[in-house]
Amino acid sequence: MKFAKYLLVVLLALPLVLSGCADNRSHTNGVYVLIDTSGTYTQQVTKARTIINYLLANLNAGDSLAVAKVESKSFSEKDIIAKVTFDRRPSQANLEKRAFNQKIEAFAKNVKGSAFTDITGGLIQAAEYLNEANPGNKTIIIFSDMQEELGKGTVRDFPIKLTGIRVMAVNVTKLSTDNTDPRRYLDRLAWWEKRVRDAGATDWSVINDLEHLDKVLGNQ
Amino acid sequence: MNNLNSWLFWPDQVALSVLALFFLLTIFLYAARIPAHNVIISLCSLAGHALRFTASWLLLTAEGLRQRNKTVLLAHGQAEVTSQIEREFERVTALVRKELGEYPALQRKMMDELTRIEEDYLKCGEVPPPTPEWVEALSTIANLKSGGDIAKKLLEDLQKSVQKVHDKTISEYRKSYEGRHKILKSLMPVWRSVDKSVKNIDANMVNLNANAKAIDTHMARYEEMRAKTDKSEHTLAISAFVQLGISSLVMMIAVGGAFINFKLIALPMSEMVGASDYITNSLRTSDVAALVIVLMEATMGVFLLESLRITHLFPTMSSMNDQLRRRVMWAALILLLILAGIESSLALMRDMLIADKAAMLHDLSTVQPVASDSLLTHIPMVGQMVMGFVLPFVLAFVAIPLEVAVYSLRTVAGVVLVMLMRAISFALRFLAMIFNRLGRILVNIYDITIVLPLLVERWVIGLRGSVPAKASDLKTGRAS
Repeated sequence: MKFAKYLLVVLLALPLVLSGCADNRSHTNGVYVLIDTSGTYTQQVTKARTIINYLLANLNAGDSLAVAKVESKSFSEKDIIAKVTFDRRPSQANLEKRAFNQKIEAFAKNVKGSAFTDITGGLIQAAEYLNEANPGNKTIIIFSDMQEELGKGTVRDFPIKLTGIRVMAVNVTKLSTDNTDPRRYLDRLAWWEKRVRDAGATDWSVINDLEHLDKVLGNQ
Repeated sequence: MNNLNSWLFWPDQVALSVLALFFLLTIFLYAARIPAHNVIISLCSLAGHALRFTASWLLLTAEGLRQRNKTVLLAHGQAEVTSQIEREFERVTALVRKELGEYPALQRKMMDELTRIEEDYLKCGEVPPPTPEWVEALSTIANLKSGGDIAKKLLEDLQKSVQKVHDKTISEYRKSYEGRHKILKSLMPVWRSVDKSVKNIDANMVNLNANAKAIDTHMARYEEMRAKTDKSEHTLAISAFVQLGISSLVMMIAVGGAFINFKLIALPMSEMVGASDYITNSLRTSDVAALVIVLMEATMGVFLLESLRITHLFPTMSSMNDQLRRRVMWAALILLLILAGIESSLALMRDMLIADKAAMLHDLSTVQPVASDSLLTHIPMVGQMVMGFVLPFVLAFVAIPLEVAVYSLRTVAGVVLVMLMRAISFALRFLAMIFNRLGRILVNIYDITIVLPLLVERWVIGLRGSVPAKASDLKTGRAS
């Protein structure tokens, strides 16, 4: 009889305990991929698909994914190729992933090179999207050689805000000038790291080997 | 360093300052020797007494607890043995009622069969062939002194008649034997029937004997428990340990089954309650929902077995009237069936979700694999569905080891608690003894620190009263 009483008390207290433990933080991932389409880097778009496919395979229901191109002036929603917040149901999320993949496939077939590369504009646009979607973990993946070339009249020399966002530069190819003087390449990466960290980013990393994509979603 | 300097009288002359400090400290310690000794002895004695008091209290409490445990254990044991004896008596009653109820009919049948056997036996008694009358005639003819041909003819006629009579007699004799054999043959089933009846009676008697022996054993145990002997308490405690071990093992196996059950429905539950909701940092809502389903199945199983009176965890349910109890049983069974059905369909959904994800990954990959629709791909799906339906029913039986664990855990916990209290009591007594000795050790250490003034004191005392002291020493030495 006593046991039954204790059991009853425990069962009654269980919802209270569970509600007390309820975790209101978001556990979802939000990833914004910026794809450089300037000059010769256009040829690397096929590699960008590898990353996107990896993300589609590993992102879960409730996660957000957006892919945008980096052009002459990239602070614009028009540059977003596809964006989605996956449904909470895994089956629906799978359908959305298929549709997303088709959009990326169409983009890869018709990609055109741009004259300039506005990485900063793309970063600002990405931060804006991620802050709006407000996932638990925010990541910006920049698929570029990280050589920013701004057109006439484009102003980007001001502090940007990337608070709480992880930034990753992927497939940072070496330019012909980098081959002559590797310090240019290293200085370029160091400059971007400083800019990103000054902007409040939680982490900065460079992945050139696409075999190690597990770092993209791991260790967050 | 500054702190150290503040203790020095002359910071420039450290050695002198330390010496002065030591001198002052020694004087102080010597002056405070008797009160310090008293304080040390009192404190150690206080600690020792407190520890011994706590140890005594623990021992007393442990003894009280042991007595309570014994009472509960014996009461539980008595109830168990009583139910076993009742069950044995029920068996005996059933046996006696069944067999003794049939005894008049059996007796009548056996008497009929025995009468028939007797009659048939008499019928088949051997009838000796009639004495041939021709023997006397033959001897008469043989005694004739004159006869010649007449005698020969007579003898020939006689032979013929004798032969005829002989043939007739032999034929009748054979017929008679044939008839008796037929009677004996017809007796065989009757014999068999009698033999079977006797064997049945024998087997029943053996069963009855075994039941009587079992009742005797239970009664002996019951008497021991009534006498509250240590042996019965010990036996019951060991039995509780064994039962707890066995039930824990079975429950661990059941937990394994529950885990498989949980894994079957965790993924499809995310389709129902969403995959991105979390209750804690690492606990998904869908996982909790799946766990709740598994626990509900186990609960329904407990209620089902409880309403079937296999377990007795809830006295309320045991004391229900039969009609209400049967309703609860049907309700539990129907709910269990519904939950098993839900789980089976969730298992199917799991397979479909996995297949869907695999198809999506294939779409993303550059090399398209060849689609396979063989029987092998369907076997896991069917297996999962069957497991999903069967596991809830298997899980229902966890109520039996649970009940055993609950009842034996009380005894085991009580025994362990008593042992723990005794062990703590022993440790406290040991500490008390150490504290008592520690007082003397500390007093001696205190005296070592002021050994110089003590030597001086002894020397002064020696100077002042060396003669009387020696005389008194001599006196005490002689006396001792």
